[in-house]
Amino acid sequence: MGLEDAFDEPAFVPYLAAGDPDFESSLEYVEALARGGADIIELGLPFSEPIAEGPTIQQAVVRSLEGGMTPERFFEFVEALDVDVPLVCMTYYNLIYQYGSEGEPPVRPFVERAAEVGIDGFVVPDLPAEEAGPLRDACDEFGLDLVFIVAPTTRGERLQRMMEQVSGYVYVQARLGVTGARADVSNQTEESLARLAEYDVPKAVGFGISSGEQAADVVAAGADGVIVGSALVDIVADGAENDLPTAEVADRLESLARELKQGAVDGAQRRPRPEGT
Amino acid sequence: MSESQHTFGDYGGQYVPEALMPAIEELTDAYERYVLDNEEGFMDEFRQRIRDFGGRPTPLQRADQLSERYGTEVYLKREDLLHGGAHKLNNALGQVLLAKYMGKERIIAETGAGQHGTATAMAAAHLDMPCEIYMGRRDINRQRPNVFRMRINGAEVNPVDIGRGTLKEAISETMRDWATTVETTHYVIGSVVGPAPFPAMVRDFQSVISKEARRQFDEQVGGLPGAVVACAGGGSNTMGTFANFTDDEDVDLYAVEAGGSTLSVDEEEGVAPNSASLSIGEEGVLHGARTKLLQDSHGQIMESHSVSSGLDYSGVGPELAYLVDEGRVTPVTVDDDEALEAFHRLSQDEGIIPALETAHAFGFLESVAGPDGDGSVELPETVVVNVSGRGDKDLEAVIEETDKRDLDNAPTMEVFTDGA
Repeated sequence: MGLEDAFDEPAFVPYLAAGDPDFESSLEYVEALARGGADIIELGLPFSEPIAEGPTIQQAVVRSLEGGMTPERFFEFVEALDVDVPLVCMTYYNLIYQYGSEGEPPVRPFVERAAEVGIDGFVVPDLPAEEAGPLRDACDEFGLDLVFIVAPTTRGERLQRMMEQVSGYVYVQARLGVTGARADVSNQTEESLARLAEYDVPKAVGFGISSGEQAADVVAAGADGVIVGSALVDIVADGAENDLPTAEVADRLESLARELKQGAVDGAQRRPRPEGT
Repeated sequence: MSESQHTFGDYGGQYVPEALMPAIEELTDAYERYVLDNEEGFMDEFRQRIRDFGGRPTPLQRADQLSERYGTEVYLKREDLLHGGAHKLNNALGQVLLAKYMGKERIIAETGAGQHGTATAMAAAHLDMPCEIYMGRRDINRQRPNVFRMRINGAEVNPVDIGRGTLKEAISETMRDWATTVETTHYVIGSVVGPAPFPAMVRDFQSVISKEARRQFDEQVGGLPGAVVACAGGGSNTMGTFANFTDDEDVDLYAVEAGGSTLSVDEEEGVAPNSASLSIGEEGVLHGARTKLLQDSHGQIMESHSVSSGLDYSGVGPELAYLVDEGRVTPVTVDDDEALEAFHRLSQDEGIIPALETAHAFGFLESVAGPDGDGSVELPETVVVNVSGRGDKDLEAVIEETDKRDLDNAPTMEVFTDGA
């Protein structure tokens, strides 16, 4: 089963950094998102130089790394997870490139191991389509999807090249910049969705979405799903900073997840109806 | 139309977030048209401005005392005499001018030692462009005079608090700004690092160093030097000093890296107490390029260290990594102590106070040909050393670091610094 099937109805795709702030709590947090209605979960494998992330996720990366997260530990984390939801690994290329023993061709060992533990696909923010050949090949070999991020600036030939390589879904970056919760949804989203309309692949919009209302707006504008990271990571950060009980943090995550999923579903009702016959 | 270099062997490439790719394509196009093909007379204007505003050409000077000490003819390429006190203006002025030709409205840059930041701030003021500089908090504390210079030239200086607060974090933060403002803003990267076309473009702007040095050496001495020496952090002065000699197989090229306090690495802490990515780094991907990096076995980037903040970086330019693999460039290391000794030696023997970065290049001469030299490298009859920058910015750090060590050749400062 590919990731596409998760988009049969408007999908809610949450992100958390695996192991934030520690291995055990993080397992409970991810499972709470699944209970809250997640259709796919993006799990961040933290890299020391997360150049596409805003302050919220940068801090999550720091907490997770300080908690001892490594690529191998990440795979153990995925194995330990008790969820019935497709999983996407979001990480930076150097970690994929370095995994495996000396002498092995790079990239393939990471993908092989990811497939073994039940990862369904990848998002790699610092890997544009031009450099993605080796990862695309390994994903094909092991039956995994490779998601690309379409930015508001992605047009023409570049978009075409990306659409030839993408599988699972496209990650539509709602605005220029880095990740982080925002109060409004950018009108760059509608333009991006319009440019993508002709391509037959699910479109999930992320960057800045933090409430059910925003999720509804994005889906009403034509998205097949919403991706939410920083707003959820904020809850984890609050729990870590104030030493809150894990169960309380998990409840808050589950409740925001429900709101976001409901928003996505409601948004679909507001879509303009096709012309009647 | 000329085509820019995308990769150097297996190194280089464009590993950046999608939001930046269109800007990088636009920059590649502008680089090929204006820099490589001199469209609209871009290079003519650049050469005129780097002469009139920058003070080029810089001299090639025989170092009398060092020549005697090492038994070889030592010549100094005096980039410390370029406006701003370092080679950095060659690249900064070139890129700010290019941004103007591209119709960009705003300049951003990262800086480590503050030399690239000050050069960019000067160039932006000169060409009337608003400018913001990102600088790690730790570097701000180490390089206060340069922070003041940037502010006085009218630039905003944004402190970067994440991580260890040095160049690596400043580059990441500048890339984040660029990802947000890419349509109106040009990122003036300060070294031969980052995604293509930056490594080739920065090298081209800096290659004026070796173009002049080659001609000057031929005029003053005749022929080619036996060896060319430059310090290497990211590698912009290194590539600038080597660029016009790489095809001359008889000229030995030495890239002197910061050995820091030791060449070992601490996997547990994620710290490499050196900045010797050419000497001990492994291939990986950082800040847009595949190159040699200081990283742990998982691929997490390690914090580097050097007494000189301008060399304090975990990566290195991809072309240098390639030239080292090809055997064309020999990487060597000089540690903090040797660099400080060399700093004092050049100051006293030649009357030139070098930047701490630059002092590493001179530490190399001493370590192989000095009275206690190990003779591991036999210096040829003539050597050109690039004096990449002057040391005014480093005085406080030098006094503090000298104080921690028992250096034979350092002047005593106690009477002036105690009870101040």
